[in-house]
Amino acid sequence: MDSNSLMQFAGAVASGAVRVVDLTFTLSPDFPVIVLPPEFGQAAPVRIQQISRYDANGPAWYWNNLTFGEHTGTHFDAPIHWFTGKDLPNNAVDTLPLRDMIAPACVIDCSAQAAKDADFLLTIPVVEGWEKSHGRIPERHWVLLRTDWSKKGWRDYANLKDDGAHTPGPDAAVMRWLVEERGVIGFGTETIGTDAGQAGHLDPPYPAHHFLHGGGRYGLQCLCNLDQLPPTGAVIVAAPLKIQNGSGSPLRVLALVPGQG
Amino acid sequence: MIEPIAKPRRKNPLQRTRLPTSPARARSRASHGFTRAAAEGRFMLQRCGACGTFCYPARDACLACLSAELAFTDAPRRGTLLSETTLHVPADVHFRERAPWRIGLVAMECGPTLVTHLHADCEEGGPVVMSFQLDKSGQAVAFAHPEREPPNMTDDRQWREMTADPKFRRVLVTNGRSIVGQEVVAALKTAGASIVFVGVAEPWKPFRGEDALRAMAGVEIVPLDIGDEKSVADLAADIGGKVDILVNTTEHVRAGGLLDRQGTSVVRDEIDQSYLGFVHLAQAFGPAMRMRGSDGVNSAAAWVNILSVYALANWPVFGAYSASQAACLSLSHCLRAELRPGGVKVVNVFTGPLDIEWFQTVPPPKVAPRAVANAIVSALRRGVEDVFVGDVAEDIRQRLAANPKAVERELGA
Repeated sequence: MDSNSLMQFAGAVASGAVRVVDLTFTLSPDFPVIVLPPEFGQAAPVRIQQISRYDANGPAWYWNNLTFGEHTGTHFDAPIHWFTGKDLPNNAVDTLPLRDMIAPACVIDCSAQAAKDADFLLTIPVVEGWEKSHGRIPERHWVLLRTDWSKKGWRDYANLKDDGAHTPGPDAAVMRWLVEERGVIGFGTETIGTDAGQAGHLDPPYPAHHFLHGGGRYGLQCLCNLDQLPPTGAVIVAAPLKIQNGSGSPLRVLALVPGQG
Repeated sequence: MIEPIAKPRRKNPLQRTRLPTSPARARSRASHGFTRAAAEGRFMLQRCGACGTFCYPARDACLACLSAELAFTDAPRRGTLLSETTLHVPADVHFRERAPWRIGLVAMECGPTLVTHLHADCEEGGPVVMSFQLDKSGQAVAFAHPEREPPNMTDDRQWREMTADPKFRRVLVTNGRSIVGQEVVAALKTAGASIVFVGVAEPWKPFRGEDALRAMAGVEIVPLDIGDEKSVADLAADIGGKVDILVNTTEHVRAGGLLDRQGTSVVRDEIDQSYLGFVHLAQAFGPAMRMRGSDGVNSAAAWVNILSVYALANWPVFGAYSASQAACLSLSHCLRAELRPGGVKVVNVFTGPLDIEWFQTVPPPKVAPRAVANAIVSALRRGVEDVFVGDVAEDIRQRLAANPKAVERELGA
C-alpha cells in the first residue's frame, strides 16, 4: 500500500466516508462485572477516586486514580487468560502481534433468537445459514455475535437467577469449528463473557474460552452498537492496554464501516 | 404525664438551621468512671473498698475513712427526689436555648446525694430511678426517671436530649442486601423511624429478601456501594441533609488469616468494604450530621457501627477480618471525637459470630441478626455508646478486662 492510499483512508475517516462506530460501554463503577462463586477471587470493580478537581489537592488540575480488574467493562481476553492458552507464545496483551489489533469482522445477527431465549446458543447450522447469505467467513476475521443484549437494563443484562446467569453465547461445537475450520481471529459478544451464561454446563465448560484461547485467538465482550455494523465489511480496531503479562484489559473498541459521502 | 411528641413539620427554608452547642465538657479523670458507666448503660458509683461507703461526685479519697480504694462498682439505682429546680434563664448558651430545664437533688438509698437532670414525670418527694447518660458533649450526667414507666416516657424533651431515639427520625441503613440489614430496617420502622433509606449495591444482582424489602412502607431503596467513593458522595448529595441516624450494616466476612491465604485480593476486599467504606461514609455524611445536631425533633443524632468483638482481640481463624474490624474500631473513636461538637453519638455494637452463611462452620452460640437489630434500637433509645450483643461478645469483653494476654493465647490456640 502506498502512502497515498493511507492518506485517502485518513481523508475518508475525516469526511465520514468511513464511519467510526464506538463498540464500547463507558467504564464506570455501575457496570456489571462477572460474578464468580464468593469462595473464588473476584474481579476488582471499577473505582474512580478523585485526586484533585481544581481544589486544595490540586488547584489547577483534575485527575483520578483508577482501580479495576483486567476483565471489567468492555474488555479484551488474551490467550493467557485460559489454561488452554497458557503455554502459547506471545499470549499476553503486552506481547500479542500488533497486526491482530486491526481486523475485519463478520457480524451474525441472532437478536431475534436471543429475544425469545435468554439461553440461546449459537450453533454450526446457524453460522452456515449466515454463510449462505453472506459468504464463507474468511480467515483472520472477528466473528461478532449480535444479540442486542447491550440494550438491556443492567439487571436483565446480567440476568442472574438462582442457578446462575442466563445470557446467550456459542455452543462448544461452533467454537471449535470457528477456530479450526474458519480460522477466526477472535469472537466477540455483547454479554458479560464470550461464553453463554450457562456455559459452565457445556462440554468442555466455557467452550469459547477453551477453544479461542487454546488456539491463540482472542475474545471481546461487553460490546455495544453491533446493530450499527454491516454483516460484513466492518474493520475492528481493538488495542488492549499494554499491561505486563496481562490476561486482558478494558479497551476502546472501534469499528470502521463504510459511511455516506 | 407528658404529651407525645408530634411528627415534625417540614422545615421553614427561610429560617437558619440552628447550630449545635455543647453543655460543659471538662471532667476530671476520676469522673470518667461515670463516662464508662453511661457509655455501657450501667449505673456505677465509687465505693470505698475499706468501709463500703458509696461516694459522689468522683473523688480520690473516701469521705468517711479517707481510704484511696475507690473503685467504680455497679450501684443500686433507687432514690428520692429531694427538691426540683426549674431553670428559666440559664447563663449557659446550650441550656438557655433549651429552657425551661429541670434539675433536681436526689438522695440515693445507697447514701450519696446527686445533682441530676429530671424526667418530666419525676415529682418532688417521690421515688426515682437513676441512670447515667451521655449528654450532647458526650459527658456523663445523672438522670432521674420516675419509678414506674409512664406513657410516652421516651418522648420527654429532656430525655430525648440524652438519647438518639429513632422515633420520627430518618435513618440510612447502608446495606439492605444482608439479613442483618433487613432486620435493622424492620426494627427501626417498628421503633417509629419516619423513613428508612436502605442502600443496595450492585442493584443488578438479585438478593434474598428483596421483594419483602421493596414492599415495606416507609422504606426507600437507594443505590449505595460504600466501597465506591463516588456512589457514597452521590447519595449524600441527595439525602445527606436528612439522615438523622446512620446505621452501617456493611458485612464482609471471610475466614482466614495470613499464611494460608494466597495473595492479597481478599484482604483488599475486606479493607475496601469495611475500612474504606467507613471512611467514604464518614466523609460524605459526617459533616452534615455534625452540623445538624440541634435541628429540632429530628436532629441528627447517631451513627451506628456493627463491629465484630474480635476487633478487640484477634481471632486468627478469621484473622484478617478481625484486623479490618480493629481498624474500623479505631476509626470509630476518631469519628466519635469529630462528631462530638455536633452532639451526634457514635454507637458501637459488638457482636460475636452472627448466625449467617459466612459463619456456617462456627459452632453456636451465634447471634441472630434480629438480636443485633434489637440491640441497635435499644442502644439508640437508651443513649448508650458501647453495646455487647450475645454471650460470645460479653465473654470476650469480660475476659479482656481480666487478662488480655490470656485472651490472645486462647483465641490463637
